[in-house]
Amino acid sequence: MNELLKRLTGHRLFWPIAILALLLITSAIVSDDFFSITIREGALYGPLINILRYGAVLMLVAVGMTLVIATSGIDLSVGAVVAVSGALACFWISRLDDQNSVGGVLTAVALALGLSVVLGAWNGFLVAGVGIQPIVATLILLVAGRGLAQLITEGQIITVNSAPYATIGTGYLFAFPVSVIIAAAVTALAMLLTRRTALGMLIEAVGGNAEASRLAGIRARRIKVLVYTFSGFCAGVAGLIYSSNVRGADGNNAGLFIELDAILAVVIGGTSLAGGRFTLSGTVVGVLMIQSLTTSIYAMGVPPETSMLFKALVVTAVCLIQSPAFRAKVFGGRRWAARTPRAGEPPGPGAREPGHRVEVRA
Amino acid sequence: MTDARPVLTMRGITKRFPGVTALSEVDFRLFPGEVHALMGENGAGKSTLLKVLTGAYTADSGTVELDGAPVHFATPLQAQQAGISTVYQEVNLCTNLSVAENIFIGREPRRFGAVHWRELRRRAAELLARLQIEIDVSADLGTYSLAIQQMVAIARALDVDAKVLVLDEPTSSLDASEVSELFRVMRRAREAGVAIAFVTHFLDQVYEISDRITVLRNGRLVGEYLTADLPQVQLVKAMIGKDLEALERLEEPKEKASAARTQNQRPVVEAVELGRRGSVAPFSIAIHAGEVVGLAGLLGSGRTEVARLLFGADRADHGRILVNGEPVTVRTPRGAIAHNIAFCSENRRTEGLVGELTVRENIILALQAARGWARPIPRRRQDELVAKYISALQINPPDPNLAVRDLSGGNQQKVMLARWLITEPRLLILDEPTRGIDVGAKAEIQRLVVQLADGGMALLFISAELEEVLRLSHKIAILRDRRVVSEIANSEGVDADRIMATIASGAQES
Repeated sequence: MNELLKRLTGHRLFWPIAILALLLITSAIVSDDFFSITIREGALYGPLINILRYGAVLMLVAVGMTLVIATSGIDLSVGAVVAVSGALACFWISRLDDQNSVGGVLTAVALALGLSVVLGAWNGFLVAGVGIQPIVATLILLVAGRGLAQLITEGQIITVNSAPYATIGTGYLFAFPVSVIIAAAVTALAMLLTRRTALGMLIEAVGGNAEASRLAGIRARRIKVLVYTFSGFCAGVAGLIYSSNVRGADGNNAGLFIELDAILAVVIGGTSLAGGRFTLSGTVVGVLMIQSLTTSIYAMGVPPETSMLFKALVVTAVCLIQSPAFRAKVFGGRRWAARTPRAGEPPGPGAREPGHRVEVRA
Repeated sequence: MTDARPVLTMRGITKRFPGVTALSEVDFRLFPGEVHALMGENGAGKSTLLKVLTGAYTADSGTVELDGAPVHFATPLQAQQAGISTVYQEVNLCTNLSVAENIFIGREPRRFGAVHWRELRRRAAELLARLQIEIDVSADLGTYSLAIQQMVAIARALDVDAKVLVLDEPTSSLDASEVSELFRVMRRAREAGVAIAFVTHFLDQVYEISDRITVLRNGRLVGEYLTADLPQVQLVKAMIGKDLEALERLEEPKEKASAARTQNQRPVVEAVELGRRGSVAPFSIAIHAGEVVGLAGLLGSGRTEVARLLFGADRADHGRILVNGEPVTVRTPRGAIAHNIAFCSENRRTEGLVGELTVRENIILALQAARGWARPIPRRRQDELVAKYISALQINPPDPNLAVRDLSGGNQQKVMLARWLITEPRLLILDEPTRGIDVGAKAEIQRLVVQLADGGMALLFISAELEEVLRLSHKIAILRDRRVVSEIANSEGVDADRIMATIASGAQES
């Protein structure tokens, strides 16, 4: 029993999941019917479904971000790409003779995703080809992307009235929101691509030691271009969902500050900002945690002007609880202390958790 | 000296890591004014013991006494404040700061609250002058050689009135003249009453500088000896726990019939006037199957640069490479690997291994990279390959799922070798494969080189130790000032003296 508990708490996803559960339970106490899920007209409704629905945009962005961070990079431009993608799609649809034409909407989607991929590849080119530091390289697009979105929408908020396009953000398929299905599909695709092939390991190698990877024959540049391109693609899909949801493109506010939430989700999920080992399942938990926090803040009736501060406090607490060093200090050495590894004990995944490393250099 | 009271006593130190007991009930003491060599094979626990001493690790049990009073260091800072200064293998200084700043970092002389720069520089220059080091203290530390950097670190240690100075392999990347400079500075420190704990893999250095020796083996204390009472043979025996058989077997002269082996054969890899401006002057070299070509030369003579050009790690701007007589383009490591050329870099940590990946992942990395990401090596095949090489090279601990950074230096080197061996290279370039590893592992790697050559592989062997190059190579290319000055067959009458003479005179190719 005790052994089982130790194995459980040692798992790298234990704390993220525990905190997520705690958040959900707190929300349930504060607001009634939090766990209630109802079926209306063959579609699922309820607070939990809403968390998934509103979390879809963040989920997509964070999945792309995870792979970028694993190569020890960062992509600050995702919010801008969200805006550009939505702007282009809405711009195209708004010029259609028949906004409900499926073909026209598909063209708009293809154009928006195509541009997002190009923007992502541009980031990859700056980072891997030119050698600009990722934070600077993607900062360029963070600024320029919003400008591009403004350019496309001519500074206006374009609204569309297209049933096929609205399906992306608000439609239902097999009782589930289409946006959630899209986000889940892209996440699953990323997991398959990285873990069923050798891509994940190569990404981790590049992030862990770029020069050693090059000398081992890994095409590090190509891998970097690939992850930034994928991140652009993910942000593009997120932009479609966002703009479809609000039925319009807003170059100023679409995806604003989403890069910060995404980075936060990745880190809370257990991927180190230093690069190397990454966990997409951790990111999924991180996203759900942040989204339920955002949702429950509204549910709890925290006044909007203090909600950001409240969120910051909770996130700080979450980060502290996840730190083995902090737990050891506060809850006393024995029970939750960073498991001092014992002889003969197989070094499970827990041993890789960043906080478990005892490596201090004077 | 012997009747003095030890300044530092460690008793019953035990430290465990996942799957390994790194130290078990180890005692260690240091007397003021002595150089105490800590000896043992890789993984014997030397570095772990020093890290416990300097507060980087916390022991699971055992006591540490400093000046007779029990102490407990939770952090390196605490140890430092108590008078224990450390110089790690990779010098723990900031190369982007000036020499003077490095010496006084955290203790800068101040005037009106601001750093008093002139005073800072004056005191730094004074301090270094006392150690007879004449350098510009306002220049960035990074502009000086590693030897100078080590000495600056020692100067800092002396200035904080360290009682104990810990030097973890300070000489592993220094050449002979730099080592003697360093030893001069160490003797000054010893005269000042500092107790110096010193780790090295060079036996002759131990006998040159140390007064006392403590030997560890497999995390246990073997014994403490006065250097004068311990003949070298006994020391090695204590370290590896068996007779010198292993070493002696290697001493038997290698099959020199190899000259015949290479005659009338097309070289596996041939460089023709290969060169790169600012790196190494155009050189030509031919390596045959079953042949070991040694590169000899001083530190910085261009040995590594030759290897990097052959492997495409640096791009050549002159000449060409032939593989089996066919001209090929080798512009990237990937290109070289495609022609079955492999390269073990001298810098395992920065250019070799990915520390946080496991032993298994590090071993299959090059093979997987060559196959491309879309064709993963099936897990079962991976496990087979990795298990095979873990046992063939005796990688210890034999756990493929351990993060490679948790392995000792010698075992990391074996992981590097395994990575390349599974790619079945035609030419294997080994840059300092035995540096910083113990005698046992060194002998194993040397034996492996002989075996691989016998099996028909071509090898390029680079080492700062001439004896090693002489022992293993069939042919030796000698470098001086980034130029291949001579190539000689390693036949009768070739010895270290002759090679040294060639290096010294810079004789042109005959």
